Amino acid sequence: MKIHEYQGKELFRRYNVSVPEGYPAFSVEEALTAYDKLNVKTAVVKAQIHAGGRGKGGGVKLAHSHTEVEKLAHQILGMNLVTHQTGPEGKEVQRLLIEAGINISRELYAGIVLDRAERKFVFMVSIEGGVEIEKVAAERPEKIIKEWIDPESGLTEDQARNLATALEMTGDQIDSAIDIFMAIWNVFIENDCSLVEINPLVVTGDDKVMALDAKMNFDSNGLFRHKELLEYKDESEEDPAELEASKYQLNYIKLDGNVGCMVNGAGLAMGTMDIIKLYGGEPANFLDVGGVANAETVANGFKIILSDPNVKSILINIFGGIVRCDRVAQGVIDAMDTVDVSIPVVIRLEGTNAKEAAELLENSPLEFLVASSLSDAAEKAVHAVTEGEQ
Amino acid sequence: MSVLVGNETRLIIQGITGTEGSFHGRQIREYGTHLVGGVTPGKGGQEALEVPVFNSVAEAKAETDCNTSIIFVPPAFAAGAIIEATEAGLDLVICITEGIPVADMVKVNHKIKDLPTRLIGPNCPGVISPGKAKVGIMPGFIHKPGSIGVVSRSGTLTYEAVNQLVAAGLGQSTSVGIGGDPIIGTTFIDMLALFAGDDKTAGVVMIGEIGGTAEEEAAQWVIDNNLKKPVVAFIAGQTAPPGRRMGHAGAIIAGGKGTAAEKVAALQAAGITVVSSPADIGKAMAEVIKI
Repeated sequence: MKIHEYQGKELFRRYNVSVPEGYPAFSVEEALTAYDKLNVKTAVVKAQIHAGGRGKGGGVKLAHSHTEVEKLAHQILGMNLVTHQTGPEGKEVQRLLIEAGINISRELYAGIVLDRAERKFVFMVSIEGGVEIEKVAAERPEKIIKEWIDPESGLTEDQARNLATALEMTGDQIDSAIDIFMAIWNVFIENDCSLVEINPLVVTGDDKVMALDAKMNFDSNGLFRHKELLEYKDESEEDPAELEASKYQLNYIKLDGNVGCMVNGAGLAMGTMDIIKLYGGEPANFLDVGGVANAETVANGFKIILSDPNVKSILINIFGGIVRCDRVAQGVIDAMDTVDVSIPVVIRLEGTNAKEAAELLENSPLEFLVASSLSDAAEKAVHAVTEGEQ
Repeated sequence: MSVLVGNETRLIIQGITGTEGSFHGRQIREYGTHLVGGVTPGKGGQEALEVPVFNSVAEAKAETDCNTSIIFVPPAFAAGAIIEATEAGLDLVICITEGIPVADMVKVNHKIKDLPTRLIGPNCPGVISPGKAKVGIMPGFIHKPGSIGVVSRSGTLTYEAVNQLVAAGLGQSTSVGIGGDPIIGTTFIDMLALFAGDDKTAGVVMIGEIGGTAEEEAAQWVIDNNLKKPVVAFIAGQTAPPGRRMGHAGAIIAGGKGTAAEKVAALQAAGITVVSSPADIGKAMAEVIKI
């Protein structure tokens, strides 16, 4: 789960991670009220979307007066912000953060992620803050300093000191940095974060270390023990079809193609997308219906897939293990009774009772294209699209 | 011979009285696996699936001399269950549970890494040595005894591969689902080493997917150890968009890393036959095993 910067900063404040004073705003009026409340000359108007690179995309601007705040809030609210993390389609800005401007002396980077190879969380810092950290990692990896965190002891003060030294901190800055690093680690581990990233972390003109940014993702497997975090969920940031699918406990990800697919199991679902592409088609989605592919899950799957107007054919690929194929076939037949499916449906059922399933489908008055193998299924589904176009 | 599970397996089920544990436990026993007991805290003294239930793994081990456990307990308690089984000194612990927080698995890994117990999973279908023992949730009947080792991060895609192998006339020595989470107990490398040392395994099917670098590490291992047995691999997620979690918690291209293309290139550089279609796994193995 992702949250907004202003929400991340709320969490930061609770853990005494120093952040600038700021208030969220959902309208121009609220932006102006926030500016008045700040009672500073220079404020920053920051677009709040679930993606990084907002500054470069024109979503972060300085304002020096009431009029400028009004103008910028007008301009940024509702704009379609495109960054290197949103993809070319961009994201509509619906929220702002109005924050007090800070006198910055140095811009740095700090972040915590899981290092899968080391099987530990890793605290990373870099003196190259304020830019795309992915670029630094790719081009100048030596500029990223890492401390791997022992799962028993957590981040130690010595490690925090090493990180501060790596960032060329001096004098009072060092203690300020150690405090902030320890606090960031606590935020991370106590909330089951999967990512905390501060870009930039800054040294202010008066030698304080402060988080000017707060990017935070949470491990969805850990959310059951942090119910309070669910309040931060912003459903408007999610794809409507994906949101709908999650209500049915379906794992759906929308893609750009026109061959819809419904599969049991994540690996087989990815494999099915891949084979559609190999046969010259483009998958319209990833959809894992999970272990129980009954009439209800199949019907819900149809609804979700058909909500995408690009879809021109549907490939159902089920490997029946514990779940019997004839039950799945009956589920598909029943589902087609309740959902109006007007595009070709290719079905491939393999595994337990596959033969009985094939008979059920053949004898049904509904029109299915029954496939004999995975390749046959992909070929038929892709062909159905091209045929429909002619 | 087979690896991990076989005729010598003496199995307990942690979570035997739960819905999943009793449903799959029944099928595990019907397959012929030697089930000797189960564990559900607070239900010690009862009986389930015709075997005794104990309050703890230590108790179960003392009474039944079990050497293997399969875990079906809910995510919130799964990490504790793994550690309990490991500390009781079992040889093999297979955790089926999906949805364990990453932070829990980081701690589990740290606690058990120097202990002799092997962990498979979590978030996996388990292990089967066809004709001998099934310790998992896979459909047993699709497998046939034979000489191909199968190792995979997936579930149903593994069944697909097994089905293709059987259709091509190839049985399996052991098929292992190592799990779709970012932190798992047994990796591709561990399994390649086990299959390499098993004289009844003639070739290996390896099914990877996007996310992490486990496939690249396996490729390097094959080079470093000069593995002679043929390996056929498929990497799922060639068409997956970056930054999205594709069902499995571990299947995500993050920061431009973990793409299928990188993995395919690394595996090919190690002399591994990589098929681009998931429909060609069985056929490709039949071809390379003949050579």
